[in-house]
Amino acid sequence: MVRLGALGVGLLFVIALLWGAVQPREAVTPDPVAALHKHPIEIAWTQDGAFGKFDRKQMQRGFQVYKEICSACHSIHRVAFRDLAALGFSAPEIKAIAAGYDVPSIDDKTGEVSTRKGLASDKFPLIYPNEIAARAAQNGALPPDLSLITKAREDGPNYVHSLITGYADAPANWKVPDGLYYNPYFKSVNIAMPPPLAADDQITYVDGTKATKDQMARDVATFLTWTAEPKLEARKETGVAAIIFLLVMTGLGYLSYRKVWSDIKRPKTA
Amino acid sequence: MSFPWAKTYEPTTEFGKYMDSRLPLPRFVYGALGGGYPTPKNLNYFYNFGVLAGVALVIQIITGVVLGMHYAANTGIAFDSVEHIMRDVNSGWMLRYMHAVGASFFFAVVYVHIFRGLYYGSYKPPREVLWLLGLVIFLLMMATAFMGYVLVWGQMSFWGATVITNLFSAVPIVGDAIHTWLLGGFSPDNATLNRFFSLHYLLPFIIFGVIILHVWALHIPGSNNPTGVEVKGPQDTVPFHPYYTAKDFFGLGVYLTLFAVVVFFLPNALGEVDNYIPANPLSTPTHIVPEWYLLPFYAILKAFTTDFLFIPAKLWGVLAMLSAIVLLFFLPWLDTSPVRSNKYRPLNRIFFWVLVADCVLLGVCGGKLAVEPWVRIGQLASAYYFAHFLIIIPLIARFEKTLPLPSSISESVLAKYGTAPASGTAGNYGGAAPQPAE
Repeated sequence: MVRLGALGVGLLFVIALLWGAVQPREAVTPDPVAALHKHPIEIAWTQDGAFGKFDRKQMQRGFQVYKEICSACHSIHRVAFRDLAALGFSAPEIKAIAAGYDVPSIDDKTGEVSTRKGLASDKFPLIYPNEIAARAAQNGALPPDLSLITKAREDGPNYVHSLITGYADAPANWKVPDGLYYNPYFKSVNIAMPPPLAADDQITYVDGTKATKDQMARDVATFLTWTAEPKLEARKETGVAAIIFLLVMTGLGYLSYRKVWSDIKRPKTA
Repeated sequence: MSFPWAKTYEPTTEFGKYMDSRLPLPRFVYGALGGGYPTPKNLNYFYNFGVLAGVALVIQIITGVVLGMHYAANTGIAFDSVEHIMRDVNSGWMLRYMHAVGASFFFAVVYVHIFRGLYYGSYKPPREVLWLLGLVIFLLMMATAFMGYVLVWGQMSFWGATVITNLFSAVPIVGDAIHTWLLGGFSPDNATLNRFFSLHYLLPFIIFGVIILHVWALHIPGSNNPTGVEVKGPQDTVPFHPYYTAKDFFGLGVYLTLFAVVVFFLPNALGEVDNYIPANPLSTPTHIVPEWYLLPFYAILKAFTTDFLFIPAKLWGVLAMLSAIVLLFFLPWLDTSPVRSNKYRPLNRIFFWVLVADCVLLGVCGGKLAVEPWVRIGQLASAYYFAHFLIIIPLIARFEKTLPLPSSISESVLAKYGTAPASGTAGNYGGAAPQPAE
């Protein structure tokens, strides 16, 4: 009975599936965006690899790029000022950076909504109070928070670098809607963000590094890799130690396994 | 427990004797995992995966309990609380990556464990109940993993929950009512997230309970083995401890090393980038996919594109996805071949590997957008999946000419080391008991 029933059910599913498979398909028009879309350019980051570490100077430059350019529209509200210690800033420097921001607060005399100077324990404030305000100010577009951006996009660090340096003239057969810009690294190739890096030396690096567009893009991509994965270095260091320990443990485990089984695997009487 | 020659526990200390007459827990452990459990001596490395699955569950429970101390099951702050774990909780990043990667590893181990059972015929009498309990664990795991993925409350969490819970609305007449009842609303929201957290915390302990039954059911007939030939006497077995504890420890070391490589160096390789975007009910991702371990079933769900026999395509998909798992419960009665191990089943062995390839192909199809040729490939691969279990296996069992079995495990082991003649015995001597006629 079980096998007869199974045969019936099996035939039913198989016929239903084959019936679907032989149905004619609608003609597919190839997606024009797919032909224009480009994959990010591979870059060798110092934080890559099992022993990778962030370049502190590069992170500080990246923070400068973020602060002077990106932060006009994009927040990093998951990052606290105190976290900047990982970039090599000292406690007084962090206090000074935090004090440069106004954070939401309650007036302690009137109880009204107000702002106060940032403290090291505060997070970077939002640029816009909410999505509606952001879209209203940005011609309908929403600048995403950048705290997690390198983990929220495929091939994140390379993507950020390629995207902000990848603006180009649209091909002749491609019409870019008004108010948008052509960028083959963006998923729809029409991006609302104006080219953020207009020219070399758009900013002056504190450490004297020449601020080429490529350099600024690499630096800010590194900074945003850190904002998304602040524990990257601890993770890799722990991983190396854990794997060394586990390899030794497994090696000893293998030797004891061989020892325990020696009388079974190589019988003395045969 | 299972064989007359099993060594019995002899308490040696005064305390041991005291406990043994009051709560014989040491006796229980000795009989379950110690020297008191005779185990076939020819088990290969594929037999490590049961213990590995148990360890994987324990890792999930330990990391999960600690994560639960820092997580907040509220749609307003769930995503933020996960990032709080990643950034501010001591070693929180490690706990979360272990838990997320651990789920993938748990499924990988369980899939090897299931296919090992399929290859060596471990579902055949007298181990049917053992197989059925294993499938119950598998179903509970899928439910637990799905709900755990929703807890992150990222884009893929939210839209995955939307798609999967929507399946219940395919049930005729009462579907919409069931859907609303399960979600606590008309779409996934705070009520959904909160109950998923509750159930995600509960189910692992139910899994643990079913595992106890699973191991109990294992100890009655004892472990199957790569020959599929039943244990004949003491010469075929070794005590579980120290032989298999030593082998399992080595296997565990290899497993944990691979686990550490992914946790510490590729923690996001198995995840979807969209889940690092907070859930937004107003913005649908272009491509909604479940985690890799559910993709083969997702492919079967998507394979039905046309209504057929007045049943809507969506209902076909839901029925098929459900049946794809439910049919495994009938396997012990579909495969009536008296020979267990595919080592001695030349025809079935070929189809076994076709099934493995088919499941991998289904996984690939499940991850693709609904475009040709992937839709058709998915339909054909799904058709093979059902044909394999429901049509091919019963037929092979009837017509296959199996190879001669070794008369005992010892004989096959000695033959492997070239110290004894491998005199095959014809017929089904030593195989599973023939099925009674219907």
